[in-house]
Amino acid sequence: MKPLALRSNAETLAAPLPALLADAEHLATTVLLGDHGRRRAGVGDTFWQYRPAQPHDAARSIDWRRSARSDASFVQDKEWQIAQSIILWVDQAASMTFTSDDNLPTKAARARTLALACAILLIRGGERVGLTGLRLPPRRGEAQLMQMAGLLSQDDATDYGAPDAQGMLPHSRALFVSDFLGDLQPVEDALLRAADRGVRGALLQVLDPQEEAFPFDGRTIFESMSGTVRHETRKAGDLKHRYLERLAARKDRLRHLARTTGWQFQTHHTGQSAANALLWLFGALERRT
Amino acid sequence: MWSLGPVGFAAPWLLLGLTALPILWILLRAVPPAPIRRRFPGVALLLGLSDDETQSDRTPWWLLLLRLLAVAAVIVGFAGPVLNPQNARGGTGNLVIVLDGTWAGAPTWQAKLDQVDTLLSEAALANRRVAVLSLTDLPTDDIPFAAPNEWQNRLLNLQPRPWQPGTPADWFAGRTDTFETYWIADGLDWEGRSDLLVTLETKGAVTVFQTPRQTIGLRPARFEDGQIIVSATRTPAGNATDTTITAIGLDPAGVERPLATVPMTFAAGDAAAETAMVLPAELRNRITRFEITGTRSAGAVSLTDDALKRREVALIAGTDNREGLELLSPLYYLREALSPTADLIDGTLEDILLANPDVIVLADVANLAGAESDALLTWVENGGMLLRFAGPRLAASDLGRMTEDPLLPVRLRSGGRSVGGAMSWGKPKTLAPFSPDSPFFGLTAPVDVTVTSQVMAQPDPTLADRVIAGLADGTPLVTRKFTGAGQIVLVHVTANAEWSSLPLSGLFVQMLERLAVSTRPATPDATELAGTTWRPNKVLDAYGRLDDGGTLPGVAGALLAKGTPGPTLPPGLYAGSDRQLAINVIGKDTMLNAAEWPARIAIEGMAAARETALKGGLLTAALLLLVVDIIASLAIGGRLRGPRADVAAALALLFLWAPDAQAQQADAFALRATSEVILGHVLTGDTQTDDIAQAGLRGLSQTLFRRTSIEPGAPLGVDLERDELAFFPFLYWPVTADQPLPSRDAYTKLNRYLRSGGMIMFDTRDADTARFGSGSPEGRKLQAIARSLDIPALEPVPSDHVLTRSFYLLQDFPGRYASRDVWVEAAPTDVTQIEGMPFRNLNDGVTPVIIGGNDWASAWAVGPNGNRMFPVGRGTAGERQREIALRFGVNVIMHVLTGNYKSDQVHIPDLLDRLGQ
Repeated sequence: MKPLALRSNAETLAAPLPALLADAEHLATTVLLGDHGRRRAGVGDTFWQYRPAQPHDAARSIDWRRSARSDASFVQDKEWQIAQSIILWVDQAASMTFTSDDNLPTKAARARTLALACAILLIRGGERVGLTGLRLPPRRGEAQLMQMAGLLSQDDATDYGAPDAQGMLPHSRALFVSDFLGDLQPVEDALLRAADRGVRGALLQVLDPQEEAFPFDGRTIFESMSGTVRHETRKAGDLKHRYLERLAARKDRLRHLARTTGWQFQTHHTGQSAANALLWLFGALERRT
Repeated sequence: MWSLGPVGFAAPWLLLGLTALPILWILLRAVPPAPIRRRFPGVALLLGLSDDETQSDRTPWWLLLLRLLAVAAVIVGFAGPVLNPQNARGGTGNLVIVLDGTWAGAPTWQAKLDQVDTLLSEAALANRRVAVLSLTDLPTDDIPFAAPNEWQNRLLNLQPRPWQPGTPADWFAGRTDTFETYWIADGLDWEGRSDLLVTLETKGAVTVFQTPRQTIGLRPARFEDGQIIVSATRTPAGNATDTTITAIGLDPAGVERPLATVPMTFAAGDAAAETAMVLPAELRNRITRFEITGTRSAGAVSLTDDALKRREVALIAGTDNREGLELLSPLYYLREALSPTADLIDGTLEDILLANPDVIVLADVANLAGAESDALLTWVENGGMLLRFAGPRLAASDLGRMTEDPLLPVRLRSGGRSVGGAMSWGKPKTLAPFSPDSPFFGLTAPVDVTVTSQVMAQPDPTLADRVIAGLADGTPLVTRKFTGAGQIVLVHVTANAEWSSLPLSGLFVQMLERLAVSTRPATPDATELAGTTWRPNKVLDAYGRLDDGGTLPGVAGALLAKGTPGPTLPPGLYAGSDRQLAINVIGKDTMLNAAEWPARIAIEGMAAARETALKGGLLTAALLLLVVDIIASLAIGGRLRGPRADVAAALALLFLWAPDAQAQQADAFALRATSEVILGHVLTGDTQTDDIAQAGLRGLSQTLFRRTSIEPGAPLGVDLERDELAFFPFLYWPVTADQPLPSRDAYTKLNRYLRSGGMIMFDTRDADTARFGSGSPEGRKLQAIARSLDIPALEPVPSDHVLTRSFYLLQDFPGRYASRDVWVEAAPTDVTQIEGMPFRNLNDGVTPVIIGGNDWASAWAVGPNGNRMFPVGRGTAGERQREIALRFGVNVIMHVLTGNYKSDQVHIPDLLDRLGQ
């Protein structure tokens, strides 16, 4: 997908939502200024409280309008506001290029659109957004979106992708989008590393409706997208039950992993509306834990 | 040809291929269905799973069987199977196929021709020269031998004739060729048949083809005891058979229809049957023929002539009968003479005149009331025949003394005379011989008929012409006068035996017959017919159909007297000077006999079973089996279920539902077109033109809706090939240079549409560059289209055409272009303008076409947003032109829907004048 087209799709998707404000708990160490009210006085633009002036307060910080109404002098405190950092990982492997129907987008297209829409919302909300693996450190601004769209549009030749846990800032947020059909071990490792560094986030599994339904029958040779993995069966219909069991087990494992590491997990089908998934992402990244 | 039961094979060696089927079975069984390759990222989850069952690596037995059946059908099909194979007859030398060709073969004529066709095909195989001859229609010169296929082309010209063969034996005896004969017989014996057989056997072998079939002939109906007796004969006499006889005639509206139907039953073993029909005289006189229902043969039709017609005679006597003196009643002898052959009516004169009898007899009636007399005179002038008898009252009255009474042929002298009585001189007078001018000429006057009293005619210059019978002394006995279409006859004696013995004699009856008072005996004898010429009115063909005989030459009475139909005397209805005579195929005592063939003659039935080639059917079956195999294989291979199943299902549904959907579409179209008044335009195939026509009619419909009481629905495009035209009162046809010509069916529809009152407006849309008739491409296309259309003579719209005033008063008919060349159906040339009237009185129908090139649709066209789509002219003048164009459209639709209503309104001033307003 061309970066520009990806960007415009994502903009369209993100347009109806309010600016996404990710929760900014425990961001004391990432002293980067942002827009998240910390419910305590600090550096910021928004009014927080009036307090009696202390001797160490400079005279210029006294709020004369408030002080004039009483005998004491008052100082106006602002709410402490900081920016959150969010790191995205979108699976770019070959398995994501699958689509069962010409009318449906590929999984990759849906995943990229969702991720970029998320990024747009976050950047509008004043957050910093970047990609994992030191490819694109978190920054804010429109230029960052352009760069991100360019990087997301690249395809990977490998069959199944694995997340890269490098470059995650402590206590930041992360979003992993993939079909999670490959080996789960790298995912587990990445999640555990993220949890170690206090990173919370969301796992979004993007699946094609066919992968969920397995509507096959008869003598069939199944091949992975690059053709390296193949499996032949004489009665594909008989495999359906067992395939669905395995898929359910995989989802369970992912859900379990997410729960233990404090992440959110959700499955999204390309047949469904992208806005639903975006809403969920909105909720998942906003959630405080 | 090698055959197996009723099936023969053209190439039986191919059947050996069937032995290969078991090998095919083994081969097919070993090959499992090919797998499908699918890209599927979920394959990672499948790794390590194994199949539970392994059965589907072999083709299922029923699929194998299906395929084997298909292959077997192909093999058997190409082996050329034929059901009921006909073994060729072979033979050498010349061949003559003889058909009886009589009416008895007419019902099965097509089967006979088929048989001849088969025989000709065989003869063609054997390279024989053939002649096909119908015995009722033999050529005058030699036997026309020709190649069989040439005869096959001419076969349809052979038709059966409604008579029996003449003397074909003589004709064949005069031929020198030798030939084999196939004789296709009708199954009826006829005179000379055995002679012909002998003659043909001298020429070569004879084979007879004959189907045992019952032939029924209908005898002429006769009248007996007040009912019509219809009889029929049949051969061979077989089981009990029920038939129905239909009497056919003209109903009062002049339409031929069945008037009565009676069943008739042949008892088992009986050759004849009879049934009676009782019909009122009114109905009976209308019967023109009887038919055996459902038999197409001249023998099943019996034409009726005057024999069945019974005249209605009204008898009125001047005096009430004296009780008990029956023999003295003035009407007694008339009743006796007429009742066997005529229907008698009694009653008062007014009632009788209402019944419109053929003859009214007034016996000794002198005085009639003025109204009665006038009504009677009118009746006579309309063709009635008034027969008056004299008597004491007439003699005593002053009727016709001084002036001629309109209801008497002559003036009468008062009192009359008596001769030969006790108180008078002289002897009773006898009759004089009848003069050649008299209708009684030819009757012999018996000498014992005497007249003792009579009324006397006043000598007048016209008297001599009016006497049609006289006494020996020259005094008139019967006088006659023609009045209008009718005649008045006066018998100068009484109708009873008081004044003369005439009523007692046979002459009285004959005279009444000659006067056409009573019906004559059915068949005139030969002497009566000698020297007369009869005109064939209606002629019967062998199938029993009546044709007009107007073009046939007249027939001499002598021939007619024999009554046997033949080439010169086809059966039918012959008209003479004053009566009609029917010649029927079956006469009063014609006997039908089945043809008997000697034992040495080979008789074959008609080929009951035709050869039926089974190849096509078998190959179709194979194809169907293979289609089933495809579907079944797809199902087995899992290709019917799965991601593309919807496509397959859609295709299957498409095949199953397509025709139905089309029918539903036609229904929907009909419903749409008929629920409102809908203007239609002919689809030209050019999208832009069609869109403009649609928009134009939409604009016109809107205008009509706003301004008039016509409220049309949205216009429809009409596909001439597919859609029914009858729903549309008006069709707009934009002519493009490259539109295809309508098909033959479409032309039939168009012509039916034009004849039934539809209007087509042809618009060549080229009035800016071309004038009517000049060769623009559209003009030439219009000429090509109109060539096969039923379009009347045209003229430019005259200034008093109803189009100029059917709603608006217009003299111009512009569209987007303003050319005056608009053509409509020409007015009749004999209509001239009456002085002082603004219009000619043109009350003809709606013009079926309007032809012009002003591109009206563009002027009318409105877009979907209600704006005009095309500019017309410039500025205000242009808008005015568009307004006139719309008004013209309104006028056209008004003209279509109201016809010449506005033309009729020309008469309103006249009508108002007459009503005195």
